[in-house]
Amino acid sequence: MKQELEKRWVKGPDGVDFEVEPLRDYYCEAPPTVMPAAYSKIIEGLFNWARAESLWILGFGTGCGAIEMRPLMTPRFDAYRYGIQWRPTPRQSNLFVISGYLSVKTLKRVIRSYEQMPNPKYVVGLGSCTINGGMYFDSYNTITRLDEYLPVDVYITGCMPRPEALLAGFEELKRIIRAGKGEGANQYAERFDWYKANQKRVIHDWDMPDYNW
Amino acid sequence: MSFEWIKIPYALLTLFIVANYGFLLTAVMAKIAARVGRRHGIPVWQNYLDLIKNYGLRSSITHGVMFYLGPVFRLTGGVGLLMFVPTIYGSVMFSNMSFAGDLILALYFVFFGSLGMALGAGESGHPYSAIGVTRGLSQVTAAELPFALAVYAVAVQYQTLSVTEIVAAQQGGILNWTLFTNPIAVAAAMLSFLGSMMRPPFDVVLAPQEIPIGPPTEYHSSYLALMQTNRAIFPIAKIVIYMNLFFGGAASWPVFFLKVFLIYLVSVIVGVVFPRFRVEQSIRWFLIWAVPLGVIAIVIA
Amino acid sequence: MTMQPLYQALKAGFPIGELTEQRPDLAFITVPREQLRGLLLHLRDQEGFTHLVLLTAVDWIEEDRFQLTYLLHDRKGARDIGLRVMLPRQAVIEGAPMESIHDLWPTAATYQRELREMFGIDFPDSPGVNEDFILEGWREIPPYRRDFDTLKYSNETFAPRPGRESQDPAQYMKAQLYPDGA
Repeated sequence: MKQELEKRWVKGPDGVDFEVEPLRDYYCEAPPTVMPAAYSKIIEGLFNWARAESLWILGFGTGCGAIEMRPLMTPRFDAYRYGIQWRPTPRQSNLFVISGYLSVKTLKRVIRSYEQMPNPKYVVGLGSCTINGGMYFDSYNTITRLDEYLPVDVYITGCMPRPEALLAGFEELKRIIRAGKGEGANQYAERFDWYKANQKRVIHDWDMPDYNW
Repeated sequence: MSFEWIKIPYALLTLFIVANYGFLLTAVMAKIAARVGRRHGIPVWQNYLDLIKNYGLRSSITHGVMFYLGPVFRLTGGVGLLMFVPTIYGSVMFSNMSFAGDLILALYFVFFGSLGMALGAGESGHPYSAIGVTRGLSQVTAAELPFALAVYAVAVQYQTLSVTEIVAAQQGGILNWTLFTNPIAVAAAMLSFLGSMMRPPFDVVLAPQEIPIGPPTEYHSSYLALMQTNRAIFPIAKIVIYMNLFFGGAASWPVFFLKVFLIYLVSVIVGVVFPRFRVEQSIRWFLIWAVPLGVIAIVIA
Repeated sequence: MTMQPLYQALKAGFPIGELTEQRPDLAFITVPREQLRGLLLHLRDQEGFTHLVLLTAVDWIEEDRFQLTYLLHDRKGARDIGLRVMLPRQAVIEGAPMESIHDLWPTAATYQRELREMFGIDFPDSPGVNEDFILEGWREIPPYRRDFDTLKYSNETFAPRPGRESQDPAQYMKAQLYPDGA
């Protein structure tokens, strides 16, 4: 545990001592709950259609695959015409692209970012490394199977997959969402203990709350 | 004078038309900017999709009361601005509450949104929000200065503060527009216009899709949707003011659509041509180029 | 251009080992551990090797040695020289310290931190050497040591997906391209 995260007493500028516990003060700790769909099937269908056509990707390149996402913004591939955008903050994104190998150290940041995204959220695993470790299958610090730690909606194979493959993967994801099967966030909430146990098995210095909203 | 209740549905109708026009127009402008970069750009209905999606998000959190009120204030700024100027000149239906407010009120509303945003974003406690708010307020203040000067020049020119009377004075031919009767004031105001449209080269405050997204870093789901709605209404409302003050107003909806489109296009053209300014550069730019023009306009008037 | 004149000059002043010339402008010398500091100072201040390119280690597990490589660069002469220092492996694992050179090149502190974490070679004088470098919460033996079995560790820790096959690339491509065995 890092020193700045420990519980301690701080003297404020007005001379009053107060207790600071960063892990509890800065985050909401309540575990995630399963959020039901809208009451009406028609409304939920409309929402799902809008969600599918408005994928906001969290701009967090976790590995080398992030280099394949940049061409998607350029004139040649132009993902914007499919309603795909990049957002800089997890609060506004609903799609997390795990781009390539994921080291244990990055996994920690990924979990924090993932948990801060609002509920219908999707994860795309990009490249072989997220599927079975790829060329890092015997690495000491790279996870070999993403779906042990986060609920994954779509895997895109390849090392690296071309931008065209990415676009095809996003289209597949859209089909899944439109069919109402993109319930990764609820799955995460349902099997929260299982996911947390898996995460804690590989992240040894767990210095964050169990759930950080 | 008795209040006519029929004005309320009329005002809502105006708001509805303007909001939809705003959504389509921002998308069309994004498409134009994309075409300049040889991209196809977003579909024109993309803004509606984003809006529905953001309202459809299931979870949301709050950081306090001001966090709720920030987007509301922002929307109030846009809607208020729209309500107190005559959208369509001479039309009973779409003049809204313009009898009640004058130019000074409109100036307040232009600033109101940014202040509300600052309060809300400050409450979220995110460092990027604080940076964004600082940048935003300093830039808006610098951009507002020439606009205020130009507005006073125009007010002195027509000897009135009522928007309706200013529009009335500009009727009867293109050469009666303030654009030709007081070009220096219009020039100052148009430079300020570039700064307040949040497009390049003055968009560092609210650079979407980048790490320092600015004030709305913590905003999500419905809050963000509310702000998106405002992003559609506010530019149109602002352009309506410009149109009324400087470009002769609009007597019918087609003229309104055309003029708003053209005025918006000015900022888009500048935006695709010039790269982004840093905040201190843009403030310096406003103080050096725009403010002296405004001062000259007042001195001449 | 060759490194021979430099080597001869060094040999006159220091008891150093053989010269291995990789390229005309790149050579390696094995030096005794006691001579390292004096040699580095001499090279830096007298011979113009002002830039520490890297400091890394090799685990010669069969010979029971760790090799430290100090690669120096001479900007003016456009040449590199590598100094190799051999350490007794078992003693290092048991915690025998190595002299730090962070006062000669401040960047060396970072390399030494990395070596401490990845190989377990201790540089007690180096600033911040015991802080985490890239691993967080590592519990096993340092992962770059060759007696650390990464595949076994990975299989035990990371829940590998069943059904993965590994192939020798040369054999696989041969079978793909020449199915007849030509």
